[in-house]
Amino acid sequence: MPIHEKSLIRPENLHVQEEKEVDGVDVSGHWSTFIETRVVNDYNEALEDEIGALPGGDYIHRCWQCGSCTNACTVHALNPDFNPRYWIYLIRMGMESELLRDKDIIWQCVSCHKCTHVCPRDVVPEGVMKATAHWLELKGHTPKSPSTVFDDIFSEQVIKTGKIEDGRVIMQFFKRTGQKFPPPWMVDMVKSLLRNLPIGLLTKMGMATLVAPKTSGWSKSRDAIEEYVAELEGRNREALGLDELVKAAENEIGPGSGPQEART
Amino acid sequence: MTDKKTKYQEVAYYPGCALEGSGHAYNRSTKALGKKLGLKLKEVDNWNCCGAMEVKNIDPKIQTYLSSRVMSIAANQMGMDTVMAPCNGCYHNLKRAEYDLSNDEDSVAVTERLSSKSGHEAYKAGQVETIHALDWIKDAIGEEELAERVKNSLKGMRIANYYGCMYTRPRHIFPEKDQGPDSESTSKPHFMDDLLAAAGAENVEFPLKTACCGGAHTLSDSDTSTRLVLNIIRAAEAAGAEVIATECPTCHGGLELHQIRAESVLGIKTNIKVIYFTQLLGMALGLKPKQVGLHENVSDSFGFVKEKGLA
Ligand code: SF4
Ligand code: SF4
Repeated sequence: MPIHEKSLIRPENLHVQEEKEVDGVDVSGHWSTFIETRVVNDYNEALEDEIGALPGGDYIHRCWQCGSCTNACTVHALNPDFNPRYWIYLIRMGMESELLRDKDIIWQCVSCHKCTHVCPRDVVPEGVMKATAHWLELKGHTPKSPSTVFDDIFSEQVIKTGKIEDGRVIMQFFKRTGQKFPPPWMVDMVKSLLRNLPIGLLTKMGMATLVAPKTSGWSKSRDAIEEYVAELEGRNREALGLDELVKAAENEIGPGSGPQEART
Repeated sequence: MTDKKTKYQEVAYYPGCALEGSGHAYNRSTKALGKKLGLKLKEVDNWNCCGAMEVKNIDPKIQTYLSSRVMSIAANQMGMDTVMAPCNGCYHNLKRAEYDLSNDEDSVAVTERLSSKSGHEAYKAGQVETIHALDWIKDAIGEEELAERVKNSLKGMRIANYYGCMYTRPRHIFPEKDQGPDSESTSKPHFMDDLLAAAGAENVEFPLKTACCGGAHTLSDSDTSTRLVLNIIRAAEAAGAEVIATECPTCHGGLELHQIRAESVLGIKTNIKVIYFTQLLGMALGLKPKQVGLHENVSDSFGFVKEKGLA
């Protein structure tokens, strides 16, 4: 629901009595609706700083809640629960548990940049969506989304060789997400493509899938980027206090059972 | 205008990864079109991936470095002042890197550090101008000259011009756009419309020129992408178009793929053709469908172009 005040009412806190009569007046249904009062006291005051520290989240503090981003948003038009302005509000207020109610859809941002295009405060809401999705994964609230798996495979290949080959990325993606490859609709697509392609070109494309294209002399760039990424991940873990979280968990339940596979 | 005309006769060409893979038809048609028009392309030596839509999600600064390396080679090793990128993703990322390197000290620091460790000169903002294939044809040739050279007019072909997300958004990385009638508009782009109209086409009033095809999640959230593509296709069909003209390999591939997916998963069949603007212009100038890679498209438009007298 786009209006945040309304969405703060949890369905279980809305009470309606059917067949209710008070002093001989029928006040059933709508007339007897009441909202159970609730005190929000589980603020996470560090939330804005944590998400702001992740790449993309840098400018979240600039938001003045005009709502232009949500108004322009591609995914919002498909699903009204996808609401960048509202999530930025929750993050800035430290209302973590409210944010977590939407944790499974935040990654669906399609990076169309409509929000960033219209934002009057240069918040880069698209970046904030990515940072928020990563925060959810790093903290173990959600598993890695298919989108993150795709980003990882793609980036690993670019960092390693300097270039990507789409066929390889696609195959890896299906493998890592445990999906059957190829899905039936992709077979239809390939069939359609094969109709007109000469055999020579096909062989060339097939080869590209086997032999990765490379930027020559890339190894120095690869090392430099890998070193940078390692530092970056260290900074991210520190900003989110992940190492302390793991330690605390180990003290409570014994070593070796900390959050599995953080994004490192 | 004339400055650009001279400047764009010879440009550094950055095809990018997609144009060597799924978007090869765009690569072939861009080169063939340039050759036909007497324009020179010098491919960027030993180029690398610009980071596409994925690397920025690890860290935008790595993406900035990747894009800056391409511009650095063009400027410092090839002595070029213009880089032309036909892919919206590459074009967007190079523009974005230019913006970040002019405005953000941290991005400059990371780029300098990664460049020096990689053993090449760091790119400095302002060394090259990045343009799209649309700017290239529009400014190096222009509508008038193009119209004079047309052999097979696209007359009677109803086209919806689809520009996608990365060509116009966000506006601040495209300072040259929205600067009066001769410049490109970020809300209602028209460069592709102008060029195709010069070749005789009839452009339809298409409201979703800059809508999103869900390209970033083509595979990771296919249902969303299929819905977004169907919106675009249906709007184009409703506007009376027979063809959607494209200028980006991700948009083009997404439209083709989800058109097929919509049919095989949802049972919704649509008939519109998806053709790169470079293919359309090439055929209008007299190139054969195969010379512009029509056989490399996933969707089949041979029958259609024949019907229109282009083959
Ligand atoms: S980039 Fe993401 S959040 Fe922004 S408008 Fe597009 S889908 Fe919505
Ligand atoms: S458009 Fe910008 S300022 Fe307005 S609500 Fe969205 S992020 Fe905040």
